[in-house]
Amino acid sequence: MVSLAFDQVSARYAKRAVLDDIHTPTFFGGQIVALLGPNAAGKSTLFRRVLGLVDGEGEVRLEGATAERPIAYMPQETRVDAVLTVYESVLLARMQGRRLKVSPADLEAVDRAIDELGIQALTERDIGDLSGGQRQLVSAAQALVQSPDVLLLDEPTSALDLHRQIALLTVLRRLAAERGMLIVVALHDLGHALRFTDQAMVLADGTLKACGPTQAVVTPELLRDIYRVEGRIERCSRGHPLLVVDGAL
Amino acid sequence: MSKTALETPAPGRVFYRSLVARRQLILAALFAALCLSVCVDLALGPARFGLDEVLAALVSPGSVSDQLRVIVWDIRMPVALMAVVVGASLSIAGAQMQTILSNPLASPFTLGISAGAGFGAALALAFGVAILPGSVAYMVPINAFLVAMLTAFAIHLLSLKRGVTIETIVLLGIAMVFIFNSLMALIQFFASQQALSAVVFWTMGSLTKATWPKLWITLSVLAVSIPLLARHGWALTAMRLGDAKAESMGVNPRRLRLEVLIVVSLLASISVAFVGTIGFIGLVGPHIARMLLGEDQRFFLPGSALCGALILSVGSILSKMLIPGTVIPIGIITSLVGIPFFLFLVLNQRKSAW
Repeated sequence: MVSLAFDQVSARYAKRAVLDDIHTPTFFGGQIVALLGPNAAGKSTLFRRVLGLVDGEGEVRLEGATAERPIAYMPQETRVDAVLTVYESVLLARMQGRRLKVSPADLEAVDRAIDELGIQALTERDIGDLSGGQRQLVSAAQALVQSPDVLLLDEPTSALDLHRQIALLTVLRRLAAERGMLIVVALHDLGHALRFTDQAMVLADGTLKACGPTQAVVTPELLRDIYRVEGRIERCSRGHPLLVVDGAL
Repeated sequence: MSKTALETPAPGRVFYRSLVARRQLILAALFAALCLSVCVDLALGPARFGLDEVLAALVSPGSVSDQLRVIVWDIRMPVALMAVVVGASLSIAGAQMQTILSNPLASPFTLGISAGAGFGAALALAFGVAILPGSVAYMVPINAFLVAMLTAFAIHLLSLKRGVTIETIVLLGIAMVFIFNSLMALIQFFASQQALSAVVFWTMGSLTKATWPKLWITLSVLAVSIPLLARHGWALTAMRLGDAKAESMGVNPRRLRLEVLIVVSLLASISVAFVGTIGFIGLVGPHIARMLLGEDQRFFLPGSALCGALILSVGSILSKMLIPGTVIPIGIITSLVGIPFFLFLVLNQRKSAW
């Protein structure tokens, strides 16, 4: 089973330190880890550090990976003006590092990713003509089609309507369970984090403020200290934890 | 997002296969048009031979008169093929510059590589200055090539500076064009009357000086460049999704940009060095290919090559036909024909290609 742990990981751009001493327990395949924190906390940098795109001390320990390229990453920015159909843009993500010839297995993988995300209706469209939400789903498909062991998603729901937010997170839950994939997802919606993720890491100002089971991490104290809002975690009539925000501090 | 979608036939795959088939057809049609154009190009010239005679000279050179054979094989053939090779080279160079810089205006012409070559050539033509000592026979093309490569190198060095974005690179190129244009004006001011006309003629671009050796050199560079670029096909296509996306797919944008810039500078410099400044091929060729074939490099790369080759080959025909008995410099033709055609395509396209 794939596992990922951060061992005193730091990151810097040139001389500016962005992440400092990130230390976590080991996360395992099948889990969804929420990466939480306010704007500019260092969430995207953490992803880039995992991918080796940013320098820094410490070690990102990835073990038990079986895929050729074990980590797939969906960046936040999805704006694009290339003259490519959606289908081609997903195929492209699949084919990186491979030969020019496309095999039937590759096409199958592309169709599967497109089906998983429910964007069959978009396959023939030009990616430049899509809405922000549609681009986000295509971007998620591009990450998924690489059949990774670890999937890193940077705010994948930020441009989606409520239905698609829930649908995407439900698909992620199922993929983690079915394929034993480890999914790390940066989220701003703490309600979604409570409902859909197992573990949570909270970043603020480049340091790790809390880490552990999501329900233990997302507390009124966290809301107050990190997010600067007054709030409560209540139980709904079905017993699920529910986030109630009373106001900004 | 249903699980059952897996059991139903996949329409995406079907669509993709028809897309590929359509593109292969377009590439084949472009190739056929190019062959036809080369034949017509060979049949035209001051010495009047029929198409049948020219075809006979092509198929069995031994069976025709010496005069016909020499005219077709030694005079017209290098020119006709040079048009194809230079057209393909400039168009590929433009296509990949547009790809790595994500800018529709990037081309050997707009990045100052052609202007640099023009300056190098003018140095040789006006003052007999050979940048590389001892290269008197090929002084003009070698000068042109060296200055063009230096220009590309300078642009690359400047682009490495902190805070230089890909948009700035294009501006740097335009600055290069202005610098070389001023230097060129200076040379023209001091040059003798005879040298002046040579410089002006060179900057107009002409295929008439093509010879077999020049053709072979240009062709070898093209033949080496195509596989080098094709090897990065998927990565280059990914570059059009932006650096962040390309990086997320495992591409190293900076390294790829450098590698491709070297290859395309070589392609553009060698072409311009032998035939002079031929503008708009590197701009129009890739744009037409993009509209016909999209930006998947498996089709965009050969498509750009074929479009560029076809445009220059047709240009070569027109340069002989427009004023009977006079071969108009090809650079003038490509600008005259290229710009309206380009405008027509831009104004009539359904989809947005930039």
